[in-house]
Amino acid sequence: MKVVVCIKQVPDTKGGVKFKPDGTLDRGAMLAIMNPDDKAGLEAALRLKDQYGAEVTVLTMGLPKADAVLREAFAMGADKAILVTDRVLGGADTWATSSTIAGALRNLEYDLIITGRQAIDGDTAQVGPQISEHLHLPVISYAEEIKVDEKARTVEVKRQFEDRYHIVKAKMPCLVTALSELNEPRYMTPGGIFDAFEKEVTVWGRADLKDVDDSNLGLKGSPTQIAKASDKVKKGQGEKVAPDSAEEAVDYIVGKLTEKHVI
Amino acid sequence: MSLEEYKGVFIFAQQVDNELSSIALELLGKAKSLAEDLDEKKVTAVLLGSDVKGLVDKLAEYGADRVIVVDDPALKDYRTEPYTHALASVIDEFKPEILLVGATAIGRDLGPRVSSRVHTGLTADCTSLDIGDFPLEPSPVRETKHKQLLMTRPAFGGNTIATIACPDFRPQMATVRPGVMQKIDPIKGAKAEVVEFNPGFEENDCYTEILKIVKEASSVADIQAAKILVSGGRGVGSAENFKILDDLAEALNGTVSCSRAVVDSGWKPKDLQVGQTGKTVRPQLYFAIGISGAIQHVAGMEESDIIIAINKDENAPIFDVADYGVVGDLNKIVPALTKKIKEALAAKN
Repeated sequence: MKVVVCIKQVPDTKGGVKFKPDGTLDRGAMLAIMNPDDKAGLEAALRLKDQYGAEVTVLTMGLPKADAVLREAFAMGADKAILVTDRVLGGADTWATSSTIAGALRNLEYDLIITGRQAIDGDTAQVGPQISEHLHLPVISYAEEIKVDEKARTVEVKRQFEDRYHIVKAKMPCLVTALSELNEPRYMTPGGIFDAFEKEVTVWGRADLKDVDDSNLGLKGSPTQIAKASDKVKKGQGEKVAPDSAEEAVDYIVGKLTEKHVI
Repeated sequence: MSLEEYKGVFIFAQQVDNELSSIALELLGKAKSLAEDLDEKKVTAVLLGSDVKGLVDKLAEYGADRVIVVDDPALKDYRTEPYTHALASVIDEFKPEILLVGATAIGRDLGPRVSSRVHTGLTADCTSLDIGDFPLEPSPVRETKHKQLLMTRPAFGGNTIATIACPDFRPQMATVRPGVMQKIDPIKGAKAEVVEFNPGFEENDCYTEILKIVKEASSVADIQAAKILVSGGRGVGSAENFKILDDLAEALNGTVSCSRAVVDSGWKPKDLQVGQTGKTVRPQLYFAIGISGAIQHVAGMEESDIIIAINKDENAPIFDVADYGVVGDLNKIVPALTKKIKEALAAKN
């Protein structure tokens, strides 16, 4: 069985977001990590490797420095890694991104494609389902559990909704988008880290993408266009008090609630 | 494609178990106000499901001038492929200028699949929608297009904000965050034009099979509908200690919600979680009690009208978004606050 996991390098927000003195986001000061939902997707694929000997390929689109997340995936146990990078792919919205990744995936054999539900920088959750449409595959989003029946060539997924879940069965090949609740990703092994830097990352550019027109790539191929973008300036500081006693604190809060006509 | 052929604001009227989701009514409210700025004033709801015609009148009462109904057994429970086929077919047939979909677990699957099928742009999780010029200011290098949908969305856990347009493709599609747009006051007895449409459903390899549907305890409150939220974080200390928050919420006729840490610790169900991976809320009053204020949490509550934070750590980032911050021990303050509020309310009555 062949599994391809699509991963993205994103800035880390966990250790707190760094701001510049003007209140805007300082991206350069934040670490780059593998997107959490994608990492859960990779872990799910690696479990299929443990269970069925599946071959796991990781694929990312990004700047050359995105090589780092592919190395991390190697260190966790991925077998092959592909970096899709090209200047003409820059500025892509989710349509152009999914067109690009679909163009790369058309070169590969796969039974199952796993993507994260969404990336923590864009939060769109669109690229996974859009890839599935470009490739005419069934899609199951928001996966909390993934089971594969290799013989029957089907997957069974626990698909999360707000107030319920569905157990959904799809024929392979198909695409599943993973929630970080899916599992606890394994750590890199010391041997794996060592090997990760020996292994070869395949690098593809525009010319390696199959059956995609230029009009669907990069900034020019993006139907959505940014009219205005700003790092949101933090909300002005409100009041902060440090009362000496609980009574004082209560009086302060009750005073505000009364002033605002809450009580 | 000729962009001029595309007219009118359409909304996807999400229903689950033949009950309209709140987001459907919220989208109608927004669609109505957007349509006022467009040449075509008619607002259309697209209702997909099995045996759902009974929902038409409610859509009319909340602002739909026309309801396109695709009623077919294939649409009984949400599955990506038949719903995509239905909605994409409606777009091909009726050519909307704008299509709004809720940013729900259904809409965030359906929206991208449909936008890919009809080849148009989709902006995710919008919190504000307007009609205006694109580019916003006249530009020497590109023609200004009037009456475009300007879609504003937060990204990066709410730390950046972008306004996005889709000038060259139709429909202009957006998913819209639940709980943000306002419903109109229902117009009793309003009727909509009803158009039945069925594109035909033929199973193919993209069809999935639902083996089981498990509804999870929905006994919990709808925190997005609450006017007052008393929200607790890791600092509350234990599931048992949430009792003091329950009491405060009760005194204020509010609802208890929580941060992700609380859900991860198993103290409260996921339905009560506020934040990036939980729900976005915009109550009139939000108490953040023992919540440090991680960016992912703040993203889900910063639009609240009044935010009051109680935390023992004076450097907690929650104080950066709080209107009123109190540094102190929640175990002492919260019970005393409940008591005082009860007294104040009793004195009033």
